[in-house]
Amino acid sequence: MKVLAAMSGGVDSAVAAARAAEAGHDVTGIHLALSRNPKSYRSGARGCCTIEDSNDARRAADVIGIPFYVWDLSERFHEDVVEDFMDEYAAGRTPNPCLRCNEKIKFAAVLERALALGFDAVATGHYARLRAGADGLVEMHRAVDHGKDQSYVLGVLDQHQLAHSLFPLGDTPKESVRAEAAERGLLVADKPDSHDICFVADGDNAGWLREKLGDRAPNDGGDIVDDSTGEVLGRHDGTYGFTIGQRKGLRIGRPAPDGKPRFVLDIEPVTGTVTVGPRERLAVERLSAIRPRWCGTVPRRLEGTVQLRAHGGEHRAVVTAEETAALRDGSSLASSGTISIELLDPAYGIAPGQAAVLYDGTRVVGSATISATA
Amino acid sequence: MSAPTVYLDHAATTPMLPAAIEAMTAHLAEVGNPSSLHASGRHARRVVEESRETIAQALNCRPAEVVFTSGGTDADNLALKGIFWSRRAADPRRTRILASTIEHHAVLDPLDWLAEHEGADVELIPVDDRARLDVDALRAAVERDPDSVALISVMWANNEVGTLQPVEDVVAVAAPHGIPVHTDAVQAVGAVPVDFAASGVDALTLTGHKLGGPYGVGALLVRREVEVTPISHGGGQERDIRSGTLDTPGIAALAAAVELSVKEQPVHAARVAALRDDLVRRVIEQVPDAHLHGALLDSGELRRLPGNAHLGFPDCEGDSLLMLLDARGIECSTGSACSAGVPQPSHVLLAMGCTDEAARHSLRFTLGHTSTAADVDAVVREIAAVVERARGARASS
Repeated sequence: MKVLAAMSGGVDSAVAAARAAEAGHDVTGIHLALSRNPKSYRSGARGCCTIEDSNDARRAADVIGIPFYVWDLSERFHEDVVEDFMDEYAAGRTPNPCLRCNEKIKFAAVLERALALGFDAVATGHYARLRAGADGLVEMHRAVDHGKDQSYVLGVLDQHQLAHSLFPLGDTPKESVRAEAAERGLLVADKPDSHDICFVADGDNAGWLREKLGDRAPNDGGDIVDDSTGEVLGRHDGTYGFTIGQRKGLRIGRPAPDGKPRFVLDIEPVTGTVTVGPRERLAVERLSAIRPRWCGTVPRRLEGTVQLRAHGGEHRAVVTAEETAALRDGSSLASSGTISIELLDPAYGIAPGQAAVLYDGTRVVGSATISATA
Repeated sequence: MSAPTVYLDHAATTPMLPAAIEAMTAHLAEVGNPSSLHASGRHARRVVEESRETIAQALNCRPAEVVFTSGGTDADNLALKGIFWSRRAADPRRTRILASTIEHHAVLDPLDWLAEHEGADVELIPVDDRARLDVDALRAAVERDPDSVALISVMWANNEVGTLQPVEDVVAVAAPHGIPVHTDAVQAVGAVPVDFAASGVDALTLTGHKLGGPYGVGALLVRREVEVTPISHGGGQERDIRSGTLDTPGIAALAAAVELSVKEQPVHAARVAALRDDLVRRVIEQVPDAHLHGALLDSGELRRLPGNAHLGFPDCEGDSLLMLLDARGIECSTGSACSAGVPQPSHVLLAMGCTDEAARHSLRFTLGHTSTAADVDAVVREIAAVVERARGARASS
């Protein structure tokens, strides 16, 4: 196959590209330039958008012995990922830009361009496994290394995208990948993992949002209000600095009367009110989620598990089509734009905007964006 | 890859001439710092001075007017900063620098730096839609206040689209006011006739690797009367304008390449221009909406570099074209290379009035002394399919 390997400059994508080449594929490496002005993004070795990372990717391609190019996706990335990130926070939601990037950039803009240029597949260093299912479709499963599993951020991929993807690392623990990189002479072998959000230079999301949102910010501050008493406990300087379930950084001078920690329960972007209360008030037993995307065949209903954050645990769940007037008769997941997720064990600190990724065992069934919790 | 590489990026760098390789390797094995006083030092100095005389003779300047540098960027920085500083020191009113909008970054970036850090007032003079300097605009800019102009810099030939610039007109505008003129001629030497004395310019940049010499060595030809403030300081080896131990093998190879490329220029230019004309004509036959950027092909009058074919292919990305051709063993360029490898729309094409969009769908093929008819045939054979595929990629993303 002709394979396009997306190379971030990190160890995982370098080994993934090397493995694809060793498997006999005709591999071309590309680095995605996601910022017009690379210096404005994260510096050092932790991000995925710097000139240094681009050079690391180029050197890895040299060692592997494959051609290498830089593709400029900065405009698309800004429109589809960065703007969306800002819009979501402005609306009081908590987006996951990595999922968005996979959905709109890596496995959409890049994949479609690759296919049109004559490639058969895009390979990345994500930790997830692909295998042929009984129905002839490609199934995506959690990685062998559950600690590194990245199937959550790939839960937005549909069958067309999965059929043209390669994840060569899914069956390998991270530490073996590092060792293999060293063995292969890839200089990125001991490069630290990337964390956080690649376009937020210092990891300070609230500071970044404050600067970037400017006049678009829904508010420039508001009250922090106690959920049970309605008492104003303090002030904050912008709701985008908060996410539901957050405990740290509330800067409330006084402890709660019962001495227990308080958490963000609700964010009201228009008035700027942030409501706080005890942990038990965060418990969620039912979710509504919109924009469902299915990896393969759409089930009528699903009894499986759901993961609600990138590094969150699994919750047993029953997933059905949300009943609406239009869909009252015979509504199924296939025809519904909104799905209902009943959690058999409650989750805490779930924010609208987050992705709910649905699993049947280790298999990813699909995903949707949380719109409401109860 | 079994097929031989079709190298059509001679404007980026061109293979060294055998005579230059011979000169370089002969001296690499010899010891001797040209500044040393003993026999080995004197020998090295002799090689350097003979090289200087060779270059002076080939380009019609005096040997003392040849200042060796590490290449084009070094020479451009030296000319721009050095002449600006000395001119302003002589008369503090001289704060303006006039240059064309299509200069190489080795000129534009030092000018930006001078503007930002030295209070220079940089005015970029527009070009027409063929990338030729608007001499009337230059004249108007000078005559508005001639006493405030420190220097003028206009390239001899544009590196991207190949358009030759009206250097003699620039000199005619500057001379009555005693304003020095610098020209970056890295693309011109060996490709078109270059006569330093006859041109009337005060400083001229050339570099080895664009004319069959080695990387890392070049020269600034600078008239003896022109004062140049040094930009780096040390042993003062080159007229106290530039310091640094002289690179004897590199300089010997540069001289060999300049001598041979200038001598063979008429024959070389005629041969390469014929290949280029053939390439342009046949590519447009294959892709009817492709179009040539820059000056028209020469018909009597010399208007563009003989080896330059800069073509626009509507509805596709230059990046995609480059990658698809590269995979087929054909090497060309989308424009000026960039350190980060992130393609930016070319400032030259934008200055010519191209839209951002048009600036992104261009490819530059540049032919040189090793180019053959088979290279042209290879491009003609592949171009239609490559363009079609690149258009598909563009439409799908």
